[in-house]
Amino acid sequence: MGLIAREVEGRGIATVSLSSALSITASVNPPRGVYTDYPLGRTAGKPHDPASQDAIVRAAIDVLATASTPGTIRELDLHWSENDAWKDGVMRPQGGGEKAEDDRAERTDVPQYQFDADREAVDPACPTCFVP
Amino acid sequence: MRQPPVDYIARTREQYSALGHPVYKWVKNEDTPPFVKPKGEPSSWRVGLVASGGIYAVGQPAFHFKDDTSFRAIASDIDRGDLRVTHFAYDLTDARNDPNVVLPLDPLQRLAAAGGIGEVGPSAYTFMGGIYSSRKVRDQLAPAIADRLVSDEVDVALMVPV
Repeated sequence: MGLIAREVEGRGIATVSLSSALSITASVNPPRGVYTDYPLGRTAGKPHDPASQDAIVRAAIDVLATASTPGTIRELDLHWSENDAWKDGVMRPQGGGEKAEDDRAERTDVPQYQFDADREAVDPACPTCFVP
Repeated sequence: MRQPPVDYIARTREQYSALGHPVYKWVKNEDTPPFVKPKGEPSSWRVGLVASGGIYAVGQPAFHFKDDTSFRAIASDIDRGDLRVTHFAYDLTDARNDPNVVLPLDPLQRLAAAGGIGEVGPSAYTFMGGIYSSRKVRDQLAPAIADRLVSDEVDVALMVPV
């Protein structure tokens, strides 16, 4: 996403990139960032929790309004849970087994629908789809 | 007890090594990123939204898991019940429970209602991250999304990876 942020910024539109992966964001080095120390997949807050969601979006807008240094990453004082034990198992073999297993889904070029009914509802012309 | 941020680059290296995959070459930009100051006050801004969490709307084809560089426009006033999420690499539980955690349309609308921004752009742009080829992202996807944001005349853009 940082690569896209750089392209968009280069067209004259200021960007801010949310992040829950500080090392990756720092490496890609987008124009501005807001870091929240949550597990991946909740970059914009906790589910059905307007307090965390609003805090993150407000911080992002504030960084856009105030940051004057390219590459600024603001780290928010938000935590996922009472302790950080969730970090122990991230991308590490579970259950104490010795053999690592790939927990990601298989790479296939078949569309992966959330519900089977979504497949039936598709408009094949899809005017809102873009293939660059 | 608090721990430092998860170092995903190091853990990816460990995981790929354990799986027998070659080392993934993360993008590393050491130059100064482009940087423009937004014009006017936040209360006047039209805010664009780009998200890589694999969000699609009912009526659109879902993403596939093999370097899918396509993207979707989703109307920012969409019925939230028509949002769907698919992705190969992260726990989708919370995103499917409340898509705002990867596509913060409601927080942006609330901020607009409170006067903290002017308005939300007409469309959010979504794709499925985890595209292995950074070249395809840089050369194909990024310019195409930038074209849309320019066309929508947004003042600033919020980028939401997972």
